[in-house]
Amino acid sequence: MSTPADGWTTETIPIAGLATPVARAGQGPPLLILHHDIGSLRPLPFYDALARRFTVLVPSHPGYDGAERGDWIRNVRDVAAIYQWMLGELAATRAVGPISVVGLGFGGWIAAEMAALAPRTFHRLVLVGAMGLKPERGEIADQALVSYIDYVRLGFADQRTFDRVFGAEPPTRLLEQWDLNREMTFRIAWKPYMYNPTLPHLLGGVAAPSLVVWGRDDRIVPLECGERFAKILPRARLEIVEGAGHFVEMEKPDELARLVADFAS
Amino acid sequence: MHLMYFTEQPMSAYPADKGREFGATALMFSNKHFDPVAGSRLYNEYLEHYRLAEDVGFDGIMLNEHHNAPFCMQAKCNVFASILAATTKRVKIVLLGNPLPLAENPVRLAEELAMIDMVSRGRLVSGFVRGGGQEQLATGVNPAFNRERFEEAHDLIVKAWTQPGPFRWEGTHYQHRVVNPWAVPLQKPHPRVWIPGVLSKETIVWAARKRYPYIALSTEIEATKKIWEQYDRVAAETGYAGGPEYRGYLQRCHVAETEEKAMQNAQQFMWMQGEFTGLAHPVWSTPSGYFSPSYRSAFVEYAVGRRSNPRGAAFEEQIKNQQIVAGTPKTVIPKLRRLLEETRPSIMGFWAADGFVSSEDTKKCIRLLGEEVLPALREFAKELDLWSPFEANSPVSMQFQAPAQPAGATTI
Repeated sequence: MSTPADGWTTETIPIAGLATPVARAGQGPPLLILHHDIGSLRPLPFYDALARRFTVLVPSHPGYDGAERGDWIRNVRDVAAIYQWMLGELAATRAVGPISVVGLGFGGWIAAEMAALAPRTFHRLVLVGAMGLKPERGEIADQALVSYIDYVRLGFADQRTFDRVFGAEPPTRLLEQWDLNREMTFRIAWKPYMYNPTLPHLLGGVAAPSLVVWGRDDRIVPLECGERFAKILPRARLEIVEGAGHFVEMEKPDELARLVADFAS
Repeated sequence: MHLMYFTEQPMSAYPADKGREFGATALMFSNKHFDPVAGSRLYNEYLEHYRLAEDVGFDGIMLNEHHNAPFCMQAKCNVFASILAATTKRVKIVLLGNPLPLAENPVRLAEELAMIDMVSRGRLVSGFVRGGGQEQLATGVNPAFNRERFEEAHDLIVKAWTQPGPFRWEGTHYQHRVVNPWAVPLQKPHPRVWIPGVLSKETIVWAARKRYPYIALSTEIEATKKIWEQYDRVAAETGYAGGPEYRGYLQRCHVAETEEKAMQNAQQFMWMQGEFTGLAHPVWSTPSGYFSPSYRSAFVEYAVGRRSNPRGAAFEEQIKNQQIVAGTPKTVIPKLRRLLEETRPSIMGFWAADGFVSSEDTKKCIRLLGEEVLPALREFAKELDLWSPFEANSPVSMQFQAPAQPAGATTI
């Protein structure tokens, strides 16, 4: 376990034969945050804001941001099962108590799959611009057809925020990371791209109150998907964040942290 | 020496200005710009060129396939292979090749290839390829499993060709309850397999381990030599000596009656805006998971426009380094001799014309190649000991250490 000065520690938990890194910060009720398909920067102001109220747990998905890939993993539900296993380990060894989850984009899909697999797992479920459902009218933007930079830029309502977070010309090292993450996304979400046709049939039993958050200008996952999640999940409401695209936690970190904290406390 | 004729089957009738306007001439460039009237004419012209190539003395006709782009009209090489199986008499039908990862059912491919082999009376050479990056996107096949699918489909096809069915196949990417195709190839142990490539070390190593000839696609001479160094090293590790019968080369080579005309027509090798697969978003040709991990840094920089195509070079540069050879028979023969001396292939494909080169000029080029260039190369090949797999009677593979021969009394 490493303990950097900023209060974040990272431990590696063996799950399904894979060394799964989990970053942790803060104190309070446990809050699992599942990152996007592009991986995650850390530290991130959004995480730090929540670490003031919660024990924030940010795992790296298998195959993302340098985490061990697991060549056998074939779909997003496999990842959800890995995380359910991880929650069991965390509860057994660290007694963290009832847990809430925040799924960001692709991580929202994983969170929804986790809730479908075990409908009583979560204290609160928060989905932000989540993939996982097939849009009825629009399409989920396909990263296979655009460059790494163009895809991430598409997820920002304001390009100046992209420039501030990643730099106007992100370094090659970050592009290589995005490429590796994209490769893993292809391995588990290539076809159908970014949704699971069985998921909507399996969300009706989710017991936790759910908050569905969408950036008004999300150009990666259409808002109609948010409306559909809010309709299918039994105890859900939809919040729309103005001036944000797909990466709400990077564009409006304080606003999203406030929504989450108020809902999950 | 085995000398083959090749064309990409360019769809030269598409409106180039529309391509420039759209910014791409591949994958997403709308097929509303495809002209089936011109397509019908061109397909038939290409068939005429193939038959002429046989008449003037080529040993083989090399076919390939691509999708969603005017640079290659041939969407299924087995279709043209079937036609040539019935309409030619002597030439080998060399598929370089079927893109295995695109196949959802490799057993179908095994059957089609067996049919082509029988109709042609044992003239099939069945090359296999991974398919370009854009091919994966055009057909919806996962680029991240490209190499795994290539290898598994290959293993399944060879087994279907060589082991009596029925058997069951429970693989990683393919599962078949019953593998028992009624048609099997005429050639035993099975048709020769040649593997073309341009860049991936993994493919060179794989071909060398299998003892399959590798066909370098228009690489420059120094790069080609490095390919053979690597191939020969793996061959030695595998337990055989590499050498000319495992080496093929595809040469862009346009011949005309005057230097000026040859050079003018050779410019057409750059007709797709300099990229032979067409103007395209760089990320289309290099989808994540498709390329060799050792090139990741170069390809991500290419994908965002920070470096030029690692596979591309300007026309003048390609003339200088002989990736493109153009001239009269008299001037191209010494250049080709240099290629033979320096890289020692025994299989050569001649990619004779591209783009807007007229059918008349293409036929002239095929005649000049057949009547003047090929005889000279055959003499050099004898002098330099460049014996093709057919002449050397080299084994089909490591697994099947016999040369391929048609079964029964059928003669070629």
